Amino acid sequence: MQASILDLDYVLGHYNYWMFVILMMTGLYITVSRGNLIKKIVGLNIFQTSVFMLYISMGKIIGGTAPILVDNPDAVYSNPLPHVLILTAIVVGIATTALALALVVRIRETYGTVEEDDILAMEHEMEFGSGLPQGGDRG
Amino acid sequence: MMALIETNLPALQVVLPLVAAPLCAMLGRGSRSWAFATIVSWLTFLIALSLFTKTFGGTIISYEMGGWAPPVGIEYRVDVLNAFVLMIVSGMAAIVLPYARRSVAAEIPAERQSFFYTAFLLCLTGLLGVTITGDAFNVFVFLEISSLSTYALVASGAWRNKRALTAAYNYLIMGTVGATFFVIGIGMLYMVTGTLNMADLAVRIAAHGDSSTVHMGFVFILIGIGLKLAMFPLHLWLPNAYSFAPSAVTAFLAATATKVAVYVMLRFMFTVFGFDYEFQAATLEMVVLPLAILAMFAASLVAIFQDDLKRMLAYSSVAQIGYILLGLTFLTDTGLTAAIIHLFNHAVTKGALFMVAGCYVLMAGTSSISSLRGVGRDMPWTTAAFVVAGFSLIGLPLTVGFVSKWYLVLAALELGWWPVALLIMASSLLAIIYVWRVVETAYLQSAPEGTVRKEAPLSMLIPTWVLVAMSIWFGINAMTTSAAASRAADMLIGSSQILWED
Repeated sequence: MQASILDLDYVLGHYNYWMFVILMMTGLYITVSRGNLIKKIVGLNIFQTSVFMLYISMGKIIGGTAPILVDNPDAVYSNPLPHVLILTAIVVGIATTALALALVVRIRETYGTVEEDDILAMEHEMEFGSGLPQGGDRG
Repeated sequence: MMALIETNLPALQVVLPLVAAPLCAMLGRGSRSWAFATIVSWLTFLIALSLFTKTFGGTIISYEMGGWAPPVGIEYRVDVLNAFVLMIVSGMAAIVLPYARRSVAAEIPAERQSFFYTAFLLCLTGLLGVTITGDAFNVFVFLEISSLSTYALVASGAWRNKRALTAAYNYLIMGTVGATFFVIGIGMLYMVTGTLNMADLAVRIAAHGDSSTVHMGFVFILIGIGLKLAMFPLHLWLPNAYSFAPSAVTAFLAATATKVAVYVMLRFMFTVFGFDYEFQAATLEMVVLPLAILAMFAASLVAIFQDDLKRMLAYSSVAQIGYILLGLTFLTDTGLTAAIIHLFNHAVTKGALFMVAGCYVLMAGTSSISSLRGVGRDMPWTTAAFVVAGFSLIGLPLTVGFVSKWYLVLAALELGWWPVALLIMASSLLAIIYVWRVVETAYLQSAPEGTVRKEAPLSMLIPTWVLVAMSIWFGINAMTTSAAASRAADMLIGSSQILWED
């Protein structure tokens, strides 16, 4: 009928991917933009969670049940493989978060702060013996 | 018994260091865990050696993990290319670990040393696993095993300089973003093909033809691996991580970690995506080629102005990765041979140079170039090793560096890309400048008053000189390595058509 710019069915039909994109961008943005080392890790976690969602939603088949063998020969099963893969990825994510937090604890102990700007200023002083040149305020 | 070991060699290659790692932590005292880790690394090297001799003739060993047949089960697949990389990785571990004892004793407190060697073995496990596996998702898992232990190893430089902590943190953030990009890419390929076995992926992608999902998968994998291998604008984690990590770790990582990432890239570009995949060729030529050339110049220029020796070498590594990627972008047999041979040559050369830097850190207490004045007279053997390995970095004849540059220029001229050939030679001039700066300070300037510097201990000098001797030996007898590299290149080009079942 109309070759519209926005095919609503197409857009809504892929809403799980939109969620993935939004979560991924949010996570990546937080990781890049925040100066607080803990917040960066939170961003990283959101970023990783978006990938979990991508995998899990692509294994789901509409009307499919859990992949446990049932008597009904017509039963439709969801694909269990992506879910199993993500189980591994979640473990990896937890290990990464734990290690990152451990590093932040050590950084807090040695530098006395978890703010990236303060740490950079200290490192600049260590290297050149003077404070950072005053640039724009990064708020 | 022997037959049992023989058939399970591919699994043992990974399982041996993996099982050894927790045992190493339980051994407690530093020197005991060191000896244990060293023996394990020698055994893994022997396994890699026997796998290499088996596959050199062109046979492909396919090992079914747990008896599950591919493509459903995880397949370990050894061919010339990854046997060659396995040999580089385990060989470097076998050389670095004897060197590590004195260096680690000085840089890490005694009660933590067993954990250090545990992390080292885990890192080795991860790198070997990435190389040997034929399963795309398994690559990610092993990549993260090696990366996580690498972050811990880099952070353990904090006893010498607290900046190792922030270096490790930044590496962790960037490495995790890279790994996650890689998984997204694999997810997209899985969406299209429904398989994770690399050989099976190759067949199904070829059958599936062009689709934007495959394109996106390719781009995500390229960026993810680009972060791990420090492709030029994504290299920001590397200089700090290499300069503040303990010396032995830097020598091992510089020689292996980025090389394994390059291997993954080769494997995905050629085995999985196929040799004449148009989108890939365009991406390589339009994106990777300019970035590789930019890396050769920009990173070399930055290296010239560094005061810290380890930092200078780290920037030089970024430039050298540019050479490897350049060989890849030619998409010809000679270009691939150049890239693969430079994997080995750069591992040997950079390993030796970082070991020299480690000797300086131990005996002179610093790796700052300006305070190494006159060190050539106090530590003649160490400095001589730097000079020879430095020649190889520049690419002077009779060293391995020359062999790689020769193949690179040859590949560029074959395609008629003579400006690229000229750029390769011009960037070598930059290497002369930064190597010469160190040589000049070490030999021609007089030592500052009252410095006491002794020659490095033999346990560190011998591994360093083994690598230096290798960089000369394989520079003169270039046929052995170039035969292996060109067979690996042939195999890669042929592999896009090979099905896993035959």
